[in-house]
Amino acid sequence: MQESAELRIEGAAKRFGEVAALDGVSLQVARGELLTILGPSGSGKTTLLKVVAGFEKPDAGWVKIDGVEITALPPARRDIGMVFQNYALFPHLTVERNVAFPLEMRNVAKPEIVRRVAEALALVELAGYEQRLPRQLSGGQQQRVALARAIVFNPRLLLLDEPFGALDRKLRETMQLEVRRLQRRLGLTTIFITHDQEEALVLSDRVAVMNKGTIQQIATTTEIYERPANDFVADFVGESNIFHGTMSAPGEVTLEGGRTLKVRSDKSAGAKVGVLMRPERFDTGGANLFTGDVIESVYLGTSFKLRLACAGGLELLVRQPARGPLPATGARIEVGIDPKAIHVF
Amino acid sequence: MSMRGFWPAVPALLLLFFFFLFPVVRMLGFSLEGGSFDWYAKALGEGLYLRVFWNTFEIALLVTFFCLLLGYPLGFLMATTTPLWATVGFIFVLLPLWTSVLVRTYAWMVLLGRNGVFNRLLIDAGIVEDPLPLLHNFTGVMIGMVHVLLPYMVLPVYGAVRRLDPAIVAAAEGLGASSWRIFWRIYLPLTLNGIFAGAVIVFVLSLGFYITPALLGGGRVIMIAVLIEQQVRETLNWPFAAALSAVLLAFTFAVYALAQRFTRPQETA
Repeated sequence: MQESAELRIEGAAKRFGEVAALDGVSLQVARGELLTILGPSGSGKTTLLKVVAGFEKPDAGWVKIDGVEITALPPARRDIGMVFQNYALFPHLTVERNVAFPLEMRNVAKPEIVRRVAEALALVELAGYEQRLPRQLSGGQQQRVALARAIVFNPRLLLLDEPFGALDRKLRETMQLEVRRLQRRLGLTTIFITHDQEEALVLSDRVAVMNKGTIQQIATTTEIYERPANDFVADFVGESNIFHGTMSAPGEVTLEGGRTLKVRSDKSAGAKVGVLMRPERFDTGGANLFTGDVIESVYLGTSFKLRLACAGGLELLVRQPARGPLPATGARIEVGIDPKAIHVF
Repeated sequence: MSMRGFWPAVPALLLLFFFFLFPVVRMLGFSLEGGSFDWYAKALGEGLYLRVFWNTFEIALLVTFFCLLLGYPLGFLMATTTPLWATVGFIFVLLPLWTSVLVRTYAWMVLLGRNGVFNRLLIDAGIVEDPLPLLHNFTGVMIGMVHVLLPYMVLPVYGAVRRLDPAIVAAAEGLGASSWRIFWRIYLPLTLNGIFAGAVIVFVLSLGFYITPALLGGGRVIMIAVLIEQQVRETLNWPFAAALSAVLLAFTFAVYALAQRFTRPQETA
């Protein structure tokens, strides 16, 4: 059995006319790791995936698998399993023949093909569906076939291109966990592409956030959420209140409107900084207090989502546990936040 | 269909009734002159006429075969090349389609004759010593018919290849398939419908072809339509011409019905 591999990309760049789809992207995926590439559409994430799969040749930079450069290798010779956005199953072949396809292309002996296809189908819990055609399957089942087809030949790398986009919410959550379980069990080095930040948090070891052809931040999921590197990451991942200001004293930021905040940061005085406060980190009290008028209030079952207009033109998004009555619009309330719940960047 | 949806179709239906269905029924009436099937017995019983029918079938099959041989690669290339080359291809395929069959056929006569352009070139180049017999024979009819009917093969093939999801081809490539295997295992089976549609159109149109075999065949290649025309114009035997036409119509329907049976269970992605 082939070992799962380590992937390195260095300085990958790709232009389409005037647009830089990739603008010097470097990253490394460890053996058995699942890295998510998260970004809005047009951020270059799909181009990056195509460069790894070999469908797109980068203008500059290289891709290496286990230290061997594959930048110029055609897709057919890369041994990379890929699950496409719409699965791209072969519509004229049965489930069995779909999954057997990569093995047949590698001239594997018939009895072994039969054995390995059965194994792969059992792994995705589709035993008994061998003779069905793709169109006779539900979306979730098609997805499983695509997954079985992508792993049956022990690929060195697994690429997942927004594979859950077409599934309804419930099925999507089931499939996410299932893919995660399978990936861990097989120890498959995996790159997962999505524009859905929630999905990225559920699935990954690490997340690479992309925008405008560059990687904004690569870090663990908690790091990305709690300590984003810049405005874009803070804004794209989760709900956020982002402000800009200057370090006016050690542990104190003066925001552009004049309001000062007590924070924990070792940034030197005078530095221009960004400040992130997650809506759910607000409490009834704390070292930083805000008084504001409710201008929008939404009941979300487990929480209230409030928009507050505070002094100095400051607008805050706040989430409170849904206890007691929903604050009415126009009501004046007070919220607070602890210095250590504020991220300075 | 509700009656409301039916009314807008009435003018076209009236037109078809008076100028198509009515004449066809009248013609069938001619063929049953005197209430007997004698003319049909002659059409299907005499070796000469059966041979013409067989000839027609053979030519139609061969034309279909050559159209497929030339048309599939062309349609395939047009569907997979850059937009610019696809446009060039379209111009070359559609231009002849917009030109009258008569004009195209006369053009072929100029090209294929004993002193035609082809033979001149071949002789000047020293490839042959005597002019090749390209006109007023089977070869001439073949060349002319394939040329006239080629677009009907190219366009369905082009459509079928274009309809194919590029991700499916990319998937096959990523799973380790060579170009050759992608063609045989993915493109060909998934474009069979286009091939079939094109083949049926070409075959059915070939069965009733008149101008091209009449002009390029020089009286030596008798297809059924040529025979029918002779019956009407030279021997003034309308009942027999009608019977031959009815048999041709029946054959055409049979081919069409058979094709329908084959295409129905198959669907594209």
